[in-house]
Amino acid sequence: MDYVVLLKQVPDLAEDLEIDSAGTGLDREWMSFVASEWDEYALEEALHLRDATGGTVTCLALGVQAGDVDELLATCLARGADRVVRVGSFEQSPDSHSAAGAFAAALDGIPHDLILTGVQAIDDLDGQVGPLLATRRDLPHVSVVTHIAVAADGKTATAHQEYAGGVVGEFELDLPAVLGVQTSREAPRYAPVSRVRQLMKTATIEKADGGGGGSGSGLTIEAMAVPESGATAEMITGNPVAIADRIAAILAERGIGAGAPR
Amino acid sequence: MGRDLPVIKVDTVTELEHAVVEGVDISGHWNRMFSDRSTTDFPTEAMDWVTGLAGGESMRDCYQCGKCVPVCPVQHVGDYGPRKLNAKILRGNNLIDDPDLWLCTTCGNCYRVCPKEVNPLKIMPAIREQAVLEGKVPDELSDAFRNLQKSGNPMGESPRKRIDWIAEAGVDVPIISQLDRAVDVLWYVSDYTSYHPRGKDAARAMARVMTALGVDFAILGPEERSDGDSARLAGESGLFELLAEQNIKAFEKYEFKRLVVMDPHAYNAFKNHYPRLGWQGEVLHYTQFLAPLVDRLTFRSSVDLDVTYHDPCYLGRNNGEYDAPRKLLQAIPGIRLAEMPHTKANGYCCGGGGGGMWLDGFVAEHVSERLSERRVREAVATVGMDGSGVLSVACPYEPSRFEDAVKSTGNDGKLAVRDIIELIDQAMQPPAT
Repeated sequence: MDYVVLLKQVPDLAEDLEIDSAGTGLDREWMSFVASEWDEYALEEALHLRDATGGTVTCLALGVQAGDVDELLATCLARGADRVVRVGSFEQSPDSHSAAGAFAAALDGIPHDLILTGVQAIDDLDGQVGPLLATRRDLPHVSVVTHIAVAADGKTATAHQEYAGGVVGEFELDLPAVLGVQTSREAPRYAPVSRVRQLMKTATIEKADGGGGGSGSGLTIEAMAVPESGATAEMITGNPVAIADRIAAILAERGIGAGAPR
Repeated sequence: MGRDLPVIKVDTVTELEHAVVEGVDISGHWNRMFSDRSTTDFPTEAMDWVTGLAGGESMRDCYQCGKCVPVCPVQHVGDYGPRKLNAKILRGNNLIDDPDLWLCTTCGNCYRVCPKEVNPLKIMPAIREQAVLEGKVPDELSDAFRNLQKSGNPMGESPRKRIDWIAEAGVDVPIISQLDRAVDVLWYVSDYTSYHPRGKDAARAMARVMTALGVDFAILGPEERSDGDSARLAGESGLFELLAEQNIKAFEKYEFKRLVVMDPHAYNAFKNHYPRLGWQGEVLHYTQFLAPLVDRLTFRSSVDLDVTYHDPCYLGRNNGEYDAPRKLLQAIPGIRLAEMPHTKANGYCCGGGGGGMWLDGFVAEHVSERLSERRVREAVATVGMDGSGVLSVACPYEPSRFEDAVKSTGNDGKLAVRDIIELIDQAMQPPAT
């Protein structure tokens, strides 16, 4: 079984984020980067699956200049990945469409039975990369995955998808497939800095062409701002009946809903 | 082999088993010299492996004399002991999967008395490094490693919040990057002094005392990173090097005459381990910096306290500084200094060194009481229980460890824990009315 994990770095939220002077992005002066939490779960899960079924784990990360992609990939090797590949070259972290396009192109040259990535990232809460990649490669896809098992014949996998209220859906997928991982069976293992530094000097980081990356999402950020706290919010307190009455009154006041006066 | 050693061939002994000469029985007795001994039943791989590690070499020199037994602080509270480590390794246990690997605090008291100079300060980090590389690290410790790697401090706090304590210092604390000139003293504040609530008290006291003395000082502020010494002793040498590189880069950016540090672990790192990574300069623990200036300190009140002093392992025993802290304490008006039985070179470890600071839960499962608790009992026995007794310290690991231990040993309200700098600062303030 050949497992492929897609990873990226995101700004470290230990630092308070600030908007840059242009007002369209984050100020990078104090920004440090860390591996995206959910991508780390995806890698941890892939390592467990490989140890159970045999095979390889290949890690892919986009060649973004901000942060340190090579360190991210060396960390993957330190944790136990077999192969790491830097995909394409980007000045800044590209949008989900371009990322999915680059990964899709790179997969042409990389064996893959099961592709795992984080279900989301702090800069991609919609979790679009997994579905977009699956669409481009015409593969089955499940998001918000909390459990993965590969069938003994290696042709299908079972994935659990988490819903609100503790409900879990069980899916069977034909392989190859793409999974958006919500959590791993164990906390991501510690990658010793001693090992990472050794690997930074000795390991081979392969390179893959990310294709053109496609046209992107077509969206442009016009302005970025910290949400301003307004003074108009009203906290409704009291017993449920009183709260319901107040909500009904507000809706009626604003002319919303069936009971609204004409 | 160049020399012929006498060989006793046990299986070809030709002595008579019973010999009677002129009516006197002079038969010998079979003894252990002629039988298998327990250590020869085991393969030598574990000892070969340990002594093959850079730093592990001296383990083979142990001849089991046992001088380390009564001085090891951990041996007082559990089954662990330095001599037992040697016995385990002789019996084929390389310690990688043994909890004992993480119990040594690298306090150095066994090394002090060892006639064969078996040095756990080198042996333990060497074996631990192999465990770290294999991913066999207790969870608590790997959390601290992760935080150190990501944020440069073991708590995982933002580097920019390193200077939050300044706001309430009451004096100006210059940040060197904003000064644009050389300074006399670059003050390395260190992790717990910068972030821990009780550490911050010491930082503010130090800022006030240096200001009163007119010292030309500045701090690195957000550029400062953990010195990394405890990570090194806990086996993460790569993390130590990473942090050291970051600090050295900052040191080299600015001009200063000397480095003054709050933390004995930082003192040990900068003085003894940064030189091989490319930085060399004058380093002083804050007690060493202040002791020669003691006559210039203007005390305005008497503190009237019975005080004992806990020698930090990495200021006292491992770096030989016993006098400076005592000189400062004795200069403070009203202080009556009393020594604990375990003092100076034989000082009792608080349990925080060598990674112990980040292994509290793990260690607690293998000891009958924390080292800090045992030390607090000793302090209470020395300076009394009437509430005027103070356990004074000179290491930022201590206030939180000892204050927790004061509570957990039921001595709440009976013993106060104060950094020496806090006592100096208190005596320099006008008397409380």
